Amino acid sequence: MPTTNVYTVSQLTAYIKSLFAGDVLLADVWLSGEVSNFSQASSGHCYFTLKDAGAALKAVIWRTQAGRMALPRNGDAVVVHGYISIYEQGGTYQLYVDHLEGAGVGRLWLEFERLKARLADEGLFDAARKRPIPARPARLGIVTSPTAAALRDILRTLGRRYPLVDVLLAPTAVQGADAPPGIAAALDLLNRWSREQEPLDAIILARGGGSLEELWAFNDERVARAIVASAVPVITGVGHETDFTIADFVADLRAPTPTGAATLAAPDGRELSAAVGGLLGQAERQIAGRLEAERARVENLARRLRRVSPAARLASDRQRVDDLARRAGLARAGRLRHERERLRGQQLRLMALDPRGVLARGYAIVTAADGAVVYSVTQAVPGAALAVRVADGAFGARVTQNEQDPSTTPGTRRRASLRMLPQRTSNTLE
Amino acid sequence: MSESPSFEALYRELEETVRRLEAGDLSLDDSLALYDRATALAEQCNALLDRAELRVRQLSGRPDGGLAAEPFAATDGK
Repeated sequence: MPTTNVYTVSQLTAYIKSLFAGDVLLADVWLSGEVSNFSQASSGHCYFTLKDAGAALKAVIWRTQAGRMALPRNGDAVVVHGYISIYEQGGTYQLYVDHLEGAGVGRLWLEFERLKARLADEGLFDAARKRPIPARPARLGIVTSPTAAALRDILRTLGRRYPLVDVLLAPTAVQGADAPPGIAAALDLLNRWSREQEPLDAIILARGGGSLEELWAFNDERVARAIVASAVPVITGVGHETDFTIADFVADLRAPTPTGAATLAAPDGRELSAAVGGLLGQAERQIAGRLEAERARVENLARRLRRVSPAARLASDRQRVDDLARRAGLARAGRLRHERERLRGQQLRLMALDPRGVLARGYAIVTAADGAVVYSVTQAVPGAALAVRVADGAFGARVTQNEQDPSTTPGTRRRASLRMLPQRTSNTLE
Repeated sequence: MSESPSFEALYRELEETVRRLEAGDLSLDDSLALYDRATALAEQCNALLDRAELRVRQLSGRPDGGLAAEPFAATDGK
Protein backbone atom coordinates (compact mmCIF):
# COMPACT_ATOMS: atom_id res chain seq x y z
CA MET A 1 0.00 0.00 0.00
CA PRO A 2 1.23 3.53 -0.80
CA THR A 3 2.27 5.46 2.25
CA THR A 4 1.10 8.84 0.94
CA ASN A 5 -2.45 10.06 0.21
CA VAL A 6 -4.51 8.28 -2.37
CA TYR A 7 -6.73 10.64 -4.41
CA THR A 8 -9.89 9.96 -6.27
CA VAL A 9 -10.05 10.68 -10.01
CA SER A 10 -12.46 13.51 -9.26
CA GLN A 11 -10.07 15.07 -6.79
CA LEU A 12 -7.17 14.96 -9.24
CA THR A 13 -9.31 16.27 -12.09
CA ALA A 14 -10.54 19.11 -9.90
CA TYR A 15 -6.91 19.87 -9.09
CA ILE A 16 -5.92 19.96 -12.78
CA LYS A 17 -8.93 22.14 -13.50
CA SER A 18 -7.82 24.62 -10.83
CA LEU A 19 -4.34 24.72 -12.39
CA PHE A 20 -5.87 25.59 -15.78
CA ALA A 21 -8.10 28.21 -14.22
CA GLY A 22 -5.11 29.87 -12.56
CA ASP A 23 -3.14 30.15 -15.80
CA VAL A 24 -3.16 33.61 -17.39
CA LEU A 25 -2.68 32.42 -20.97
CA LEU A 26 -5.23 29.62 -20.82
CA ALA A 27 -7.82 31.92 -19.31
CA ASP A 28 -7.68 34.38 -22.22
CA VAL A 29 -6.28 32.99 -25.46
CA TRP A 30 -6.43 33.65 -29.18
CA LEU A 31 -5.96 30.64 -31.46
CA SER A 32 -5.83 30.09 -35.18
CA GLY A 33 -6.57 26.77 -36.80
CA GLU A 34 -8.81 24.78 -39.08
CA VAL A 35 -12.30 23.61 -38.12
CA SER A 36 -13.20 19.90 -38.36
CA ASN A 37 -15.90 17.56 -36.98
CA PHE A 38 -18.24 20.50 -36.53
CA SER A 39 -21.67 19.62 -35.14
CA GLN A 40 -24.49 21.47 -33.44
CA ALA A 41 -26.45 19.46 -30.84
CA SER A 42 -30.21 19.75 -30.37
CA SER A 43 -29.42 21.74 -27.23
CA GLY A 44 -27.91 24.42 -29.47
CA HIS A 45 -24.35 23.93 -28.21
CA CYS A 46 -21.71 23.45 -30.91
CA TYR A 47 -18.79 21.04 -30.81
CA PHE A 48 -15.81 20.88 -33.13
CA THR A 49 -12.12 20.20 -33.33
CA LEU A 50 -9.64 22.97 -34.04
CA LYS A 51 -6.51 21.62 -35.63
CA ASP A 52 -3.37 22.45 -37.51
CA ALA A 53 -0.75 20.19 -39.06
CA GLY A 54 0.64 19.08 -35.72
CA ALA A 55 -2.12 19.10 -33.12
CA ALA A 56 -5.85 19.07 -32.41
CA LEU A 57 -7.98 20.71 -29.73
CA LYS A 58 -11.58 20.00 -28.78
CA ALA A 59 -13.73 23.11 -28.77
CA VAL A 60 -17.18 24.08 -27.52
CA ILE A 61 -19.40 27.02 -28.37
CA TRP A 62 -22.26 27.38 -25.90
CA ARG A 63 -25.72 28.00 -27.28
CA THR A 64 -25.83 31.60 -26.02
CA GLN A 65 -22.54 32.38 -27.78
CA ALA A 66 -23.41 30.39 -30.88
CA GLY A 67 -26.54 32.51 -31.37
CA ARG A 68 -24.38 35.63 -31.64
CA MET A 69 -21.80 34.53 -34.19
CA ALA A 70 -21.56 33.23 -37.74
CA LEU A 71 -20.85 29.53 -37.22
CA PRO A 72 -17.91 27.95 -39.04
CA ARG A 73 -17.97 25.02 -41.38
CA ASN A 74 -15.59 22.14 -41.62
CA GLY A 75 -12.39 23.18 -43.37
CA ASP A 76 -12.65 26.86 -42.40
CA ALA A 77 -9.47 28.50 -41.18
CA VAL A 78 -10.56 30.55 -38.20
CA VAL A 79 -9.24 32.71 -35.42
CA VAL A 80 -11.00 32.09 -32.12
CA HIS A 81 -10.87 33.55 -28.66
CA GLY A 82 -11.83 31.81 -25.40
CA TYR A 83 -10.44 29.89 -22.45
CA ILE A 84 -9.15 26.37 -21.93
CA SER A 85 -10.69 24.23 -19.20
CA ILE A 86 -11.29 20.63 -18.18
CA TYR A 87 -14.38 18.61 -19.04
CA GLU A 88 -14.32 16.36 -16.00
CA GLN A 89 -16.72 13.63 -17.12
CA GLY A 90 -14.86 13.13 -20.40
CA GLY A 91 -11.40 13.46 -18.91
CA THR A 92 -10.53 15.97 -21.62
CA TYR A 93 -9.43 19.55 -21.83
CA GLN A 94 -11.14 21.79 -24.33
CA LEU A 95 -11.52 25.30 -25.64
CA TYR A 96 -14.61 27.26 -24.65
CA VAL A 97 -15.07 29.70 -27.52
CA ASP A 98 -16.58 33.14 -26.96
CA HIS A 99 -15.40 34.81 -30.17
CA LEU A 100 -14.78 33.49 -33.64
CA GLU A 101 -13.50 35.24 -36.77
CA GLY A 102 -14.42 33.81 -40.16
CA ALA A 103 -12.49 31.82 -42.65
CA GLY A 104 -11.14 34.79 -44.58
CA VAL A 105 -9.78 36.28 -41.42
CA GLY A 106 -8.05 33.00 -40.62
CA ARG A 107 -6.14 33.24 -43.88
CA LEU A 108 -5.32 36.90 -43.18
CA TRP A 109 -3.99 35.85 -39.83
CA LEU A 110 -1.62 33.32 -41.32
CA GLU A 111 -0.50 35.91 -43.86
CA PHE A 112 0.08 38.32 -41.00
CA GLU A 113 2.21 35.83 -39.09
CA ARG A 114 4.27 35.00 -42.16
CA LEU A 115 4.96 38.63 -43.07
CA LYS A 116 5.69 39.48 -39.47
CA ALA A 117 8.24 36.66 -39.22
CA ARG A 118 9.87 37.66 -42.51
CA LEU A 119 10.21 41.35 -41.63
CA ALA A 120 11.43 40.47 -38.16
CA ASP A 121 14.13 38.29 -39.76
CA GLU A 122 15.20 41.30 -41.84
CA GLY A 123 15.70 43.20 -38.61
CA LEU A 124 13.03 45.77 -39.43
CA PHE A 125 11.51 45.58 -35.94
CA ASP A 126 14.84 46.05 -34.16
CA ALA A 127 14.85 48.64 -31.41
CA ALA A 128 18.14 50.00 -32.82
CA ARG A 129 16.29 51.06 -36.00
CA LYS A 130 13.82 53.24 -34.07
CA ARG A 131 14.59 56.92 -34.42
CA PRO A 132 13.83 59.41 -31.65
CA ILE A 133 10.88 61.75 -32.08
CA PRO A 134 11.87 65.42 -31.51
CA ALA A 135 10.48 66.66 -28.20
CA ARG A 136 9.23 69.99 -29.57
CA PRO A 137 8.37 69.47 -33.23
CA ALA A 138 7.93 72.47 -35.51
CA ARG A 139 6.15 70.56 -38.27
CA LEU A 140 4.25 67.26 -38.36
CA GLY A 141 2.87 65.23 -41.23
CA ILE A 142 -0.33 63.22 -40.94
CA VAL A 143 -1.31 60.27 -43.13
CA THR A 144 -4.94 59.26 -42.70
CA SER A 145 -8.37 59.56 -44.22
CA PRO A 146 -9.38 63.25 -44.49
CA THR A 147 -12.94 62.53 -43.46
CA ALA A 148 -12.46 60.13 -40.57
CA ALA A 149 -12.87 60.67 -36.86
CA ALA A 150 -9.20 59.75 -36.43
CA LEU A 151 -8.13 63.00 -38.12
CA ARG A 152 -10.49 65.07 -35.97
CA ASP A 153 -9.11 63.37 -32.86
CA ILE A 154 -5.54 64.09 -33.89
CA LEU A 155 -6.18 67.73 -34.83
CA ARG A 156 -8.16 68.33 -31.65
CA THR A 157 -5.38 66.82 -29.53
CA LEU A 158 -2.65 68.82 -31.28
CA GLY A 159 -4.75 71.99 -31.06
CA ARG A 160 -5.22 71.54 -27.34
CA ARG A 161 -1.68 70.52 -26.46
CA TYR A 162 0.58 72.27 -28.93
CA PRO A 163 -1.24 74.55 -31.39
CA LEU A 164 1.97 76.15 -32.62
CA VAL A 165 2.94 73.03 -34.53
CA ASP A 166 2.57 73.26 -38.29
CA VAL A 167 0.52 70.36 -39.71
CA LEU A 168 0.71 68.90 -43.21
CA LEU A 169 -1.96 66.38 -44.12
CA ALA A 170 -1.43 63.80 -46.83
CA PRO A 171 -4.91 62.31 -47.25
CA THR A 172 -5.40 58.72 -48.34
CA ALA A 173 -7.85 55.85 -48.15
CA VAL A 174 -7.02 53.73 -45.11
CA GLN A 175 -9.07 50.64 -45.93
CA GLY A 176 -9.78 48.64 -49.04
CA ALA A 177 -7.59 47.65 -51.94
CA ASP A 178 -6.46 51.24 -52.64
CA ALA A 179 -5.28 51.78 -49.11
CA PRO A 180 -1.82 50.13 -49.12
CA PRO A 181 -0.52 51.95 -52.24
CA GLY A 182 -2.34 55.11 -51.10
CA ILE A 183 -0.65 55.07 -47.69
CA ALA A 184 2.74 54.39 -49.27
CA ALA A 185 2.24 57.29 -51.71
CA ALA A 186 1.15 59.63 -48.90
CA LEU A 187 4.25 58.77 -46.89
CA ASP A 188 6.36 59.40 -49.96
CA LEU A 189 4.63 62.74 -50.61
CA LEU A 190 5.37 63.95 -47.08
CA ASN A 191 8.97 62.81 -47.37
CA ARG A 192 9.35 64.75 -50.62
CA TRP A 193 7.88 67.84 -48.95
CA SER A 194 10.28 67.42 -46.07
CA ARG A 195 13.23 67.09 -48.44
CA GLU A 196 12.31 69.80 -50.93
CA GLN A 197 10.19 72.37 -49.09
CA GLU A 198 10.02 72.38 -45.28
CA PRO A 199 11.53 69.74 -43.02
CA LEU A 200 9.12 67.56 -41.06
CA ASP A 201 9.95 66.37 -37.56
CA ALA A 202 7.65 63.34 -37.57
CA ILE A 203 4.75 61.73 -39.44
CA ILE A 204 1.65 60.36 -37.75
CA LEU A 205 0.13 57.37 -39.58
CA ALA A 206 -3.32 56.76 -38.15
CA ARG A 207 -6.64 55.06 -38.49
CA GLY A 208 -9.49 54.69 -36.03
CA GLY A 209 -10.74 51.39 -34.68
CA GLY A 210 -12.29 48.78 -36.94
CA SER A 211 -12.51 45.09 -37.67
CA LEU A 212 -9.47 43.05 -38.51
CA GLU A 213 -10.33 43.31 -42.21
CA GLU A 214 -10.73 47.08 -41.98
CA LEU A 215 -7.34 47.46 -40.37
CA TRP A 216 -5.73 45.11 -42.83
CA ALA A 217 -4.02 47.73 -44.98
CA PHE A 218 -1.70 48.35 -42.03
CA ASN A 219 -0.52 44.75 -42.31
CA ASP A 220 0.41 45.17 -45.96
CA GLU A 221 4.05 44.78 -46.89
CA ARG A 222 3.95 47.88 -49.14
CA VAL A 223 2.95 49.99 -46.16
CA ALA A 224 5.64 48.40 -44.01
CA ARG A 225 8.29 49.10 -46.68
CA ALA A 226 7.13 52.70 -47.07
CA ILE A 227 7.46 53.24 -43.31
CA VAL A 228 10.94 51.73 -43.36
CA ALA A 229 11.89 53.94 -46.33
CA SER A 230 10.60 57.14 -44.70
CA ALA A 231 13.43 59.53 -43.83
CA VAL A 232 11.07 61.22 -41.38
CA PRO A 233 10.32 59.21 -38.21
CA VAL A 234 6.86 57.61 -38.25
CA ILE A 235 4.45 57.31 -35.30
CA THR A 236 1.57 54.87 -35.77
CA GLY A 237 -1.80 55.11 -34.07
CA VAL A 238 -3.94 52.40 -35.60
CA GLY A 239 -7.17 51.00 -34.22
CA HIS A 240 -7.57 50.42 -30.53
CA GLU A 241 -5.31 49.61 -27.62
CA THR A 242 -5.25 45.88 -28.39
CA ASP A 243 -4.69 46.11 -32.13
CA PHE A 244 -1.14 45.46 -33.25
CA THR A 245 -0.34 45.77 -36.94
CA ILE A 246 2.81 45.23 -38.98
CA ALA A 247 2.92 49.00 -39.39
CA ASP A 248 3.15 49.30 -35.60
CA PHE A 249 6.10 46.93 -35.52
CA VAL A 250 8.15 48.80 -38.14
CA ALA A 251 7.20 52.29 -36.96
CA ASP A 252 9.65 54.36 -34.95
CA LEU A 253 7.02 54.78 -32.26
CA ARG A 254 3.70 53.00 -31.75
CA ALA A 255 0.73 54.65 -30.08
CA PRO A 256 -2.38 52.69 -29.12
CA THR A 257 -4.81 55.08 -30.87
CA PRO A 258 -4.80 58.13 -33.18
CA THR A 259 -5.25 60.42 -30.16
CA GLY A 260 -2.36 58.62 -28.48
CA ALA A 261 -0.19 59.24 -31.54
CA ALA A 262 -0.92 62.98 -31.40
CA THR A 263 -0.08 62.98 -27.68
CA LEU A 264 3.26 61.27 -28.31
CA ALA A 265 4.05 63.55 -31.27
CA ALA A 266 3.61 66.86 -29.46
CA PRO A 267 4.48 68.09 -25.97
CA ASP A 268 1.94 69.58 -23.61
CA GLY A 269 2.00 73.36 -24.01
CA ARG A 270 1.17 73.88 -20.35
CA GLU A 271 4.26 71.92 -19.30
CA LEU A 272 6.35 73.94 -21.76
CA SER A 273 4.90 77.15 -20.39
CA ALA A 274 5.96 76.06 -16.93
CA ALA A 275 9.43 75.18 -18.26
CA VAL A 276 9.78 78.62 -19.87
CA GLY A 277 8.68 80.22 -16.61
CA GLY A 278 11.26 78.13 -14.75
CA LEU A 279 14.06 79.28 -17.06
CA LEU A 280 13.00 82.90 -16.70
CA GLY A 281 12.98 82.47 -12.91
CA GLN A 282 16.56 81.17 -13.08
CA ALA A 283 17.57 84.20 -15.15
CA GLU A 284 15.92 86.53 -12.65
CA ARG A 285 17.68 84.95 -9.69
CA GLN A 286 21.00 85.22 -11.54
CA ILE A 287 20.58 88.87 -12.39
CA ALA A 288 19.30 89.78 -8.92
CA GLY A 289 22.37 88.09 -7.43
CA ARG A 290 24.60 89.93 -9.84
CA LEU A 291 23.04 93.30 -9.05
CA GLU A 292 23.52 92.58 -5.38
CA ALA A 293 27.22 91.91 -6.01
CA GLU A 294 27.56 95.12 -8.05
CA ARG A 295 25.83 97.07 -5.32
CA ALA A 296 28.39 95.73 -2.85
CA ARG A 297 31.19 96.85 -5.16
CA VAL A 298 29.68 100.30 -5.55
CA GLU A 299 29.27 100.60 -1.81
CA ASN A 300 32.87 99.62 -1.30
CA LEU A 301 33.96 102.27 -3.79
CA ALA A 302 31.80 104.81 -2.04
CA ARG A 303 33.40 103.95 1.29
CA ARG A 304 36.82 104.69 -0.15
CA LEU A 305 35.72 107.89 -1.79
CA ARG A 306 34.19 109.11 1.46
CA ARG A 307 37.71 109.87 2.65
CA VAL A 308 38.32 112.38 -0.13
CA SER A 309 34.89 113.95 -0.45
CA PRO A 310 32.82 116.47 1.45
CA ALA A 311 31.04 114.58 4.21
CA ALA A 312 27.49 115.66 3.55
CA ARG A 313 27.75 114.73 -0.09
CA LEU A 314 28.91 111.29 0.81
CA ALA A 315 26.27 110.74 3.43
CA SER A 316 23.73 111.48 0.78
CA ASP A 317 25.44 109.14 -1.68
CA ARG A 318 25.62 106.44 0.89
CA GLN A 319 21.96 106.73 1.55
CA ARG A 320 21.30 106.39 -2.12
CA VAL A 321 23.54 103.37 -2.35
CA ASP A 322 21.65 101.80 0.54
CA ASP A 323 18.44 102.62 -1.20
CA LEU A 324 19.77 101.00 -4.35
CA ALA A 325 20.80 98.00 -2.31
CA ARG A 326 17.30 97.55 -1.02
CA ARG A 327 15.93 97.87 -4.51
CA ALA A 328 18.45 95.44 -5.95
CA GLY A 329 17.51 92.97 -3.25
CA LEU A 330 13.89 93.25 -4.25
CA ALA A 331 14.64 93.25 -7.95
CA ARG A 332 11.88 91.82 -10.08
CA ALA A 333 11.61 91.26 -13.78
CA GLY A 334 9.86 94.45 -14.72
CA ARG A 335 12.05 96.65 -12.58
CA LEU A 336 15.47 95.43 -13.55
CA ARG A 337 15.92 97.79 -16.44
CA HIS A 338 15.08 100.64 -14.14
CA GLU A 339 17.66 99.42 -11.62
CA ARG A 340 20.22 99.23 -14.31
CA GLU A 341 19.72 102.88 -15.15
CA ARG A 342 19.93 103.80 -11.49
CA LEU A 343 23.16 101.92 -11.17
CA ARG A 344 24.61 103.73 -14.13
CA GLY A 345 23.49 107.08 -12.70
CA GLN A 346 25.22 106.15 -9.49
CA GLN A 347 28.43 105.47 -11.32
CA LEU A 348 28.19 108.84 -13.04
CA ARG A 349 27.69 110.56 -9.71
CA LEU A 350 30.73 108.88 -8.27
CA MET A 351 32.78 109.89 -11.28
CA ALA A 352 31.74 113.47 -10.57
CA LEU A 353 33.69 113.32 -7.34
CA ASP A 354 36.92 113.23 -9.34
CA PRO A 355 39.03 116.24 -8.30
CA ARG A 356 39.24 117.49 -11.85
CA GLY A 357 35.49 117.58 -11.99
CA VAL A 358 35.48 119.54 -8.77
CA LEU A 359 37.82 122.17 -10.22
CA ALA A 360 35.42 122.61 -13.11
CA ARG A 361 32.71 123.54 -10.63
CA GLY A 362 34.76 126.46 -9.21
CA TYR A 363 37.00 124.89 -6.58
CA ALA A 364 40.77 125.43 -6.55
CA ILE A 365 43.90 123.62 -5.39
CA VAL A 366 46.37 125.89 -3.54
CA THR A 367 50.04 125.05 -3.41
CA ALA A 368 52.87 126.69 -1.51
CA ALA A 369 56.10 127.94 -3.15
CA ASP A 370 57.69 124.51 -2.62
CA GLY A 371 54.84 122.84 -4.46
CA ALA A 372 53.23 121.32 -1.35
CA VAL A 373 49.45 121.41 -1.31
CA VAL A 374 48.07 123.88 1.21
CA TYR A 375 45.62 122.02 3.39
CA SER A 376 45.83 124.16 6.52
CA VAL A 377 45.86 127.85 7.36
CA THR A 378 49.10 127.12 9.19
CA GLN A 379 50.73 126.76 5.78
CA ALA A 380 49.47 130.16 4.65
CA VAL A 381 51.27 132.75 6.70
CA PRO A 382 50.44 136.35 5.68
CA GLY A 383 52.74 137.55 2.97
CA ALA A 384 53.51 134.07 1.59
CA ALA A 385 53.27 133.55 -2.19
CA LEU A 386 50.96 130.72 -3.23
CA ALA A 387 49.99 129.16 -6.53
CA VAL A 388 46.26 128.64 -7.13
CA ARG A 389 45.17 125.96 -9.58
CA VAL A 390 41.73 126.25 -11.15
CA ALA A 391 40.08 124.24 -13.90
CA ASP A 392 41.65 126.02 -16.88
CA GLY A 393 45.08 126.97 -15.44
CA ALA A 394 46.90 128.49 -12.46
CA PHE A 395 47.70 131.93 -11.03
CA GLY A 396 49.83 133.30 -8.23
CA ALA A 397 48.45 134.85 -5.04
CA ARG A 398 49.71 136.37 -1.81
CA VAL A 399 48.30 135.69 1.64
CA THR A 400 46.95 138.80 3.35
CA GLN A 401 45.61 137.15 6.47
CA ASN A 402 44.79 133.76 7.90
CA GLU A 403 42.33 132.66 10.47
CA GLN A 404 41.91 129.11 11.78
CA ASP A 405 38.38 127.79 12.05
CA PRO A 406 37.98 126.79 15.66
CA SER A 407 36.01 123.59 14.80
CA THR A 408 38.75 122.25 12.51
CA THR A 409 41.90 120.61 13.72
CA PRO A 410 44.65 119.57 11.34
CA GLY A 411 44.67 116.03 12.76
CA THR A 412 41.40 115.14 11.01
CA ARG A 413 42.91 115.28 7.57
CA ARG A 414 43.99 112.05 5.99
CA ARG A 415 45.07 112.81 2.47
CA ALA A 416 46.53 116.27 2.30
CA SER A 417 47.46 115.96 -1.34
CA LEU A 418 43.78 115.81 -2.38
CA ARG A 419 42.40 118.36 0.04
CA MET A 420 40.65 121.19 -1.70
CA LEU A 421 40.09 124.72 -0.52
CA PRO A 422 36.91 126.46 -1.47
CA GLN A 423 37.65 129.78 -3.08
CA ARG A 424 34.90 131.78 -1.52
CA THR A 425 34.44 130.89 2.15
CA SER A 426 36.64 128.63 4.16
CA ASN A 427 33.90 126.37 5.49
CA THR A 428 31.69 125.89 2.47
CA LEU A 429 30.73 122.35 1.81
CA GLU A 430 28.90 121.32 -1.22
CA MET B 1 5.82 81.47 -41.37
CA SER B 2 9.14 79.73 -41.77
CA GLU B 3 10.98 83.10 -41.53
CA SER B 4 10.06 83.56 -37.87
CA PRO B 5 12.10 81.41 -35.49
CA SER B 6 10.58 78.12 -34.38
CA PHE B 7 9.59 77.45 -30.79
CA GLU B 8 12.37 74.90 -30.64
CA ALA B 9 14.97 77.49 -31.71
CA LEU B 10 13.66 80.06 -29.22
CA TYR B 11 13.48 77.55 -26.39
CA ARG B 12 17.01 76.32 -27.03
CA GLU B 13 18.34 79.87 -27.13
CA LEU B 14 16.54 80.59 -23.86
CA GLU B 15 18.16 77.54 -22.25
CA GLU B 16 21.57 78.59 -23.60
CA THR B 17 21.10 82.21 -22.44
CA VAL B 18 20.24 81.11 -18.89
CA ARG B 19 23.18 78.72 -18.92
CA ARG B 20 25.55 81.57 -19.88
CA LEU B 21 24.05 83.82 -17.23
CA GLU B 22 24.68 81.10 -14.67
CA ALA B 23 28.29 80.67 -15.80
CA GLY B 24 28.80 84.10 -14.19
CA ASP B 25 32.00 85.15 -15.97
CA LEU B 26 30.48 88.17 -17.70
CA SER B 27 30.56 91.92 -17.24
CA LEU B 28 27.52 93.54 -15.67
CA ASP B 29 26.50 95.01 -19.02
CA ASP B 30 26.75 91.64 -20.72
CA SER B 31 24.81 90.00 -17.89
CA LEU B 32 22.04 92.57 -18.14
CA ALA B 33 21.97 92.20 -21.92
CA LEU B 34 21.62 88.43 -21.52
CA TYR B 35 18.90 88.89 -18.96
CA ASP B 36 17.03 91.21 -21.33
CA ARG B 37 17.44 88.61 -24.06
CA ALA B 38 16.11 85.85 -21.79
CA THR B 39 13.06 87.96 -20.95
CA ALA B 40 12.38 88.63 -24.63
CA LEU B 41 12.83 84.95 -25.54
CA ALA B 42 10.48 83.81 -22.77
CA GLU B 43 7.90 86.31 -24.02
CA GLN B 44 8.20 85.00 -27.57
CA CYS B 45 7.95 81.40 -26.35
CA ASN B 46 4.79 82.16 -24.42
CA ALA B 47 3.32 84.12 -27.32
CA LEU B 48 3.80 81.07 -29.55
CA LEU B 49 2.28 78.75 -26.95
CA ASP B 50 -0.69 81.07 -26.68
CA ARG B 51 -1.29 80.95 -30.41
CA ALA B 52 -4.85 79.74 -30.65
CA GLU B 53 -5.12 78.29 -34.13
CA LEU B 54 -3.58 75.09 -35.33
CA ARG B 55 -2.42 75.57 -38.92
CA VAL B 56 -3.26 72.62 -41.14
CA ARG B 57 -2.42 72.34 -44.82
CA GLN B 58 -3.32 69.56 -47.19
CA LEU B 59 -0.60 68.23 -49.43
CA SER B 60 -1.11 66.92 -52.93
CA GLY B 61 1.01 65.96 -55.90
CA ARG B 62 0.40 67.96 -59.06
CA PRO B 63 0.18 66.27 -62.45
CA ASP B 64 3.49 67.88 -63.44
CA GLY B 65 5.19 66.10 -60.54
CA GLY B 66 5.33 69.15 -58.29
CA LEU B 67 3.90 69.46 -54.81
CA ALA B 68 1.09 71.70 -53.61
CA ALA B 69 -0.03 72.56 -50.09
CA GLU B 70 -3.37 74.24 -49.54
CA PRO B 71 -5.12 75.25 -46.32
CA PHE B 72 -7.15 72.37 -44.93
CA ALA B 73 -10.53 73.27 -43.48
CA ALA B 74 -11.03 70.94 -40.56
CA THR B 75 -14.61 69.75 -40.34
CA ASP B 76 -14.37 70.02 -36.57
CA GLY B 77 -13.58 73.51 -35.33
CA LYS B 78 -13.09 72.71 -31.66
